[in-house]
Amino acid sequence: MLSRVAERLYWTARYLERAENTARLVKVYAYMMLDMPSGIGLNWRQLVDISGAHEYFDKHHRSSGERNVTRFMLADSGNPGSLITSLGMARENIRTTRDLVPAEGWEHVNELYMFARKKLAGKALVKDRYEFLSEIVMRCQQITGLLAGTMSHGPAYQFVRVGRNLERADMTTRMIDVGSATLIAPGVELERLENRLWTYVLRSLSAHQMYRQYVRRRVQPDRVLAFLLQDTDFPRAVAHALGEIASCFGNQLPHNEEPLRAVLRLQRLVAEADVEKLRAAGLHEFIDQLQLELGNLHQLISATWFAHEMDETITRVSVSA
Amino acid sequence: MEIEWKSYDPGEFYDEMISSPGNPRRAARAIAGYLQRLSAKQLGRRQHAADLAIAEMGVTFTVYSEGTNIDRTWPFDIIPRIIAQKEWSRIEEGLVQRMTALNMFIHDLYNEQKILKDGVVPEKLITGSKSFLPQCIGATPRYNVWAHICGSDLVRDKDGTVYVLEDNLRVPSGVSYMIENRAVTKRVFPELFRKHRIQPVDDYPSHLFDMLASLSPRPLDYPEIVVMTPGIYNSAYFEHSFLAQQMGAELVEGSDLVVGDDDCVYMKTIAGLQRVDVIYRRVNDEFIDPEAFREDSVLGVRGLLRAWRAGNVALANAPGAGVADDKVIYTYVPAIIKYYLDQDAIIPNVPSYRCEDREQREYVLANLATLVVKPANESGGYGMLVGPHATAVERNKFVNLIKRNPRNYIAQPALSLSTAPTICGQHVEPRHLDLRPFILQSDRTYVTAGGLTRVALRKGSLVVNSSQGGGSKDTWIVDTGAG
Repeated sequence: MLSRVAERLYWTARYLERAENTARLVKVYAYMMLDMPSGIGLNWRQLVDISGAHEYFDKHHRSSGERNVTRFMLADSGNPGSLITSLGMARENIRTTRDLVPAEGWEHVNELYMFARKKLAGKALVKDRYEFLSEIVMRCQQITGLLAGTMSHGPAYQFVRVGRNLERADMTTRMIDVGSATLIAPGVELERLENRLWTYVLRSLSAHQMYRQYVRRRVQPDRVLAFLLQDTDFPRAVAHALGEIASCFGNQLPHNEEPLRAVLRLQRLVAEADVEKLRAAGLHEFIDQLQLELGNLHQLISATWFAHEMDETITRVSVSA
Repeated sequence: MEIEWKSYDPGEFYDEMISSPGNPRRAARAIAGYLQRLSAKQLGRRQHAADLAIAEMGVTFTVYSEGTNIDRTWPFDIIPRIIAQKEWSRIEEGLVQRMTALNMFIHDLYNEQKILKDGVVPEKLITGSKSFLPQCIGATPRYNVWAHICGSDLVRDKDGTVYVLEDNLRVPSGVSYMIENRAVTKRVFPELFRKHRIQPVDDYPSHLFDMLASLSPRPLDYPEIVVMTPGIYNSAYFEHSFLAQQMGAELVEGSDLVVGDDDCVYMKTIAGLQRVDVIYRRVNDEFIDPEAFREDSVLGVRGLLRAWRAGNVALANAPGAGVADDKVIYTYVPAIIKYYLDQDAIIPNVPSYRCEDREQREYVLANLATLVVKPANESGGYGMLVGPHATAVERNKFVNLIKRNPRNYIAQPALSLSTAPTICGQHVEPRHLDLRPFILQSDRTYVTAGGLTRVALRKGSLVVNSSQGGGSKDTWIVDTGAG
């Protein structure tokens, strides 16, 4: 298959996954902010930091209240990580690879983008936000399922899988970062609040139920962290996503030695992490390191399979909200 | 918006659906009756369903003049345009005849130039044409066919005569809309397809594939066929990707291809370089190869012409084929048909004046208000003057243009294009239209059943181009079983 097409499929999947995860994040965050007492050190600003786009945010906003932050996360077409940008980019990428994706794939992504644009111009930011975000998550999942169920699982699909899982691993590390927030509260109260915070982290990844089923304990930060980082069966756990990527590489992609070695190294790093120690100190730094490694993995994928110089136009397309 | 054929009046124009108010034509009788039985609400609901289907299918085109990449959905009218099978068969014959002669003409021009030596077409017309590419002289593409895909524009005048308005032999577009229009109509009027014998159109991609495969320089069961697009900002990008998808061919951009030291063309894949046999290129001649043509082109592939001349890759259409869709050459097509086939043209040309000829030019300049003036080398309705609708200033501008460069212009009487009933807001009104059938030629020739009907949605307008406010209709070739 064409290198250029492989790259666009990979980005289609990444952006779709990013859109879904951004919706999850905002949805759960809003819920959490309602539920957690004020004055314990949680605020909307942290959401901006997690998304990694704080520089752009600070340039355009003075206050980081709910209104600004949610608009920024969902509707700001200048924010490269916003929901609408992600959907627009997914649409552009799938639009230019239509010859390899089942026609319905394009139709659904196109419709989803138009739906989001229309809703975000209306009440989706305030009144109907919960329903809106739930629908976004559901429709992203539908598209993921559609591609899984109708695309031949040849090389083209492997690039979709790689993109999806790399993005998923990255977003899970960001969600874990939510849990690494330092809460301000007296001893007993602190433990209770921390447990609650991690429950939200689990929820944001639809992981609460699976956690209960597999861990069979009440929510406890160390165990949640171990589950989200090291569980090899839960689809949104970092270890699982890395395993998927390794299997894609090994499966049908040519010249896979180097990327395969890199992902195995990352898997080891995650598997050998001492969760208890990390929780006590250095979790945020560890997460940073993981994100950096995931970035390196992307570079390697790009150098191995997409190497021919890409036309920049695709990645520069601006999406009007 | 209930349809009442008695009150639908196309006036002086030939209408495709009715012969006079209240009297549908034979082939259209059943559908006219059916439409009349629909309530206003039902009709509105179906048009709405069609609009939704089109938006959903992502059927779009992009407009050049807009800086940002804005996709517009293609305006579609649900009332089909009906043509009787018997009339169509004759048109089909005429198109095959025309295409055959044009290909013989192009091959002759780049090789022996007999037609010039015999003085049937003036030599200076060819040597002075921008579209005649000296780089192609002496080339012998397979079957001696240069124009493999042609979209000819047909129009019908007041008296019912069908004319060829122009031949598009470069990169004609619109065929995907023909196919999608049918898909939409089947969703909107499924019951009609059960009851009537309507010729299918959706086999076009497989005919296209077979034609392209027949051009392959390597005798393989599965030649590597690619569709080459200028990219997503091209107005016809939707079509390029549609056709690639339908044929199971790779959709490539110039940057995906490279010509090796062996003068073969390769595409860049995740596994390395892979040889390409046939390129259905939708990039204009001047941009396909910066080595042979425009140096500043970023859409093309360096060395492509070299590879083609070496016979290592087939290009459809072949470079240089556009020489035959020059508007001045057009005026010679009846003579060209006579010369190569010794036959009279089955479908007539629109009577045309060559501005190059002094007498004809004087007539044109004196009668601009009733004529349509066309530049020799533009398509898409750009750069033309519709005399009856133009202002004095616009006409003056053309007087100067023609005087400065007479070779570049022809003029034709403004035809009274035929009309067909079209939903316009709450009413059904007559709107002018044309028809673009598509012809495929290699060792065999194939003509689409009907083609793309383009309709000028603005009242009274004669401009049907999608880039200038046109829309489209599904086209039905209906077999009534009788003469």
